[in-house]
Amino acid sequence: MAEVLVYVDHVDGAVRKPTLELLTLARRIGEPVAVALGSGAEATAPALAEHGAVKVLTHDAAEYADYLVVPKVDALQAAYEAVSPAAVLVPSSAEGKEIAARLAIRIGSGIITDATDLEAGDEGPVATQSAFAASFTTKSRVAKGTPVITVKPNSAAVEAAPAAGAVEALAVSFSEKATGTKVTARTPRESTGRPELTEAAIVVSGGRGVNGAENFSIIENLADSLGAAVGASRAAVDAGWYPHTNQVGQTGKSVSPQLYIASGISGAIQHRAGMQTSKTIVAINKDAEAPIFDLVDYGVVGDLFEVVPQLTEEIKTRKG
Amino acid sequence: MSLRIVVTVKYVPDATGDRHFADDLTVDRDDVDGLLSELDEYAVEQALQIADEADDAEITVLTVGPEDAKDALRKALSMGADKAIHVEDDDLHGTDAIGTSLVLAKAIEKAGYDLVISGMASTDGTAGIVPALLAERLGVPQVTLLSEVSVEDGVVKGRRDGDSASEQLEASLPAVVSVTDQSGEARYPSFKGIMAAKKKPVESWDLEDLEIEADEVGLEGAWTKVDSATERPARTAGTIVKDEGEGGKQLAEFLAGQKFI
Repeated sequence: MAEVLVYVDHVDGAVRKPTLELLTLARRIGEPVAVALGSGAEATAPALAEHGAVKVLTHDAAEYADYLVVPKVDALQAAYEAVSPAAVLVPSSAEGKEIAARLAIRIGSGIITDATDLEAGDEGPVATQSAFAASFTTKSRVAKGTPVITVKPNSAAVEAAPAAGAVEALAVSFSEKATGTKVTARTPRESTGRPELTEAAIVVSGGRGVNGAENFSIIENLADSLGAAVGASRAAVDAGWYPHTNQVGQTGKSVSPQLYIASGISGAIQHRAGMQTSKTIVAINKDAEAPIFDLVDYGVVGDLFEVVPQLTEEIKTRKG
Repeated sequence: MSLRIVVTVKYVPDATGDRHFADDLTVDRDDVDGLLSELDEYAVEQALQIADEADDAEITVLTVGPEDAKDALRKALSMGADKAIHVEDDDLHGTDAIGTSLVLAKAIEKAGYDLVISGMASTDGTAGIVPALLAERLGVPQVTLLSEVSVEDGVVKGRRDGDSASEQLEASLPAVVSVTDQSGEARYPSFKGIMAAKKKPVESWDLEDLEIEADEVGLEGAWTKVDSATERPARTAGTIVKDEGEGGKQLAEFLAGQKFI
């Protein structure tokens, strides 16, 4: 059976959920061979084996943290040359897309980004993508070379599928270009304790109607009652009320949770682009004419400062 | 010596229009008004600010696209860029990201550059990979997704805000930079700028000028193939209630019914 390379996104050995989802998709095409780089690479093996990796290629070097993107491209290319896979799958993070793109050029392949589903096909893997603010769904494949495909979070279920997961050291020699862009300082983001926005099952977002940074606690309280991630519209982010890392929309994150709750968000195209593939959509807005109500499964026309706290209280009561 | 900045820009269908695919599954550009991709305005803005700081700098805006793509160049020129290059060729229709990066890279090399600045992504394709592709093709450092950027003494520095960390980056010129929509609001063209733009030079290049064979680009030469495009069915109309004091509780009841509570 053909092997499929899966690039592992991990934090000091803790494998992030989108990589486990990639293993589910990789198993539809062939036998997953994982590539884990940097500090803690070997520690990823048990989780990857449990979800179907037949092999885990690992390599650690200071270059991965000290220089931007290119050292990782060199390593993924080394893995590609060692394995000769049928496809290369990479999580669709900002960095993942850059790594995949540069690899595609080097190996003379086409690239598909931001796939939301992947199936085996007669002429290679067929990727589903969303287009034009998720108003269209396309099916595409790579026409030249070995398919390089980046896949968005929440595109597949995480499935247990125990496999050998044998750890093998990957031999990597860095190119001259690897040290071109130096990372001179790194400030880790403080953890909020809430789920990752793109990975969360429930997202609670606030927009212009929240009317001030200090009022975002209302949104956070609702999110915490549901174990949800917190999002914000571009208007709220541009106003400085909430960090850009939480922005949902065309120039922020695109999310596809089981439940999306929009509070005080009108639903401009820029926002809809990032959330309209959510399974269930709920909105609270003062303006009955707001376009967000065209998308909702349930909407409340009312003052979010009344409705949201009442909803939070009711959820807490019901959860006991 | 003058700092040569090339800003890559894209002419895209207006996101607020009824965007759709043409029969050959390329982006339909005839039925929806086009404009300079909003995210590229940030790239033009940062180029102007970097040029202001430099002793001597020249900004060239570069686009690959059909005849109408000149509008995007005019907008960038009216914001303050010095000159423009329009790569236009019938054989380019249907070119994908890999092919576009080939054309841009050849044009950038032909124009001559110290610094390439791109937006974080286009507002139609949205992949956001062209800056990385350009850095790979040009063989120069990639300093991408910056929310802050500066150039001094032949070194570009910037801040890249990622999901898990914020990083300070540094590279020697020549380099490829991309900037996010957090990098600073783009200026509006002034009346004077709009008038001046009409007199600024716009060069037209075709594939032959760039020594690119027709079969390396276009729909036939594309590295990816779109098999189908289906309009997502409209969401079925939901229940909308007016809050009469119990709106929060009613919503909780709905969520409980959907097993979210």
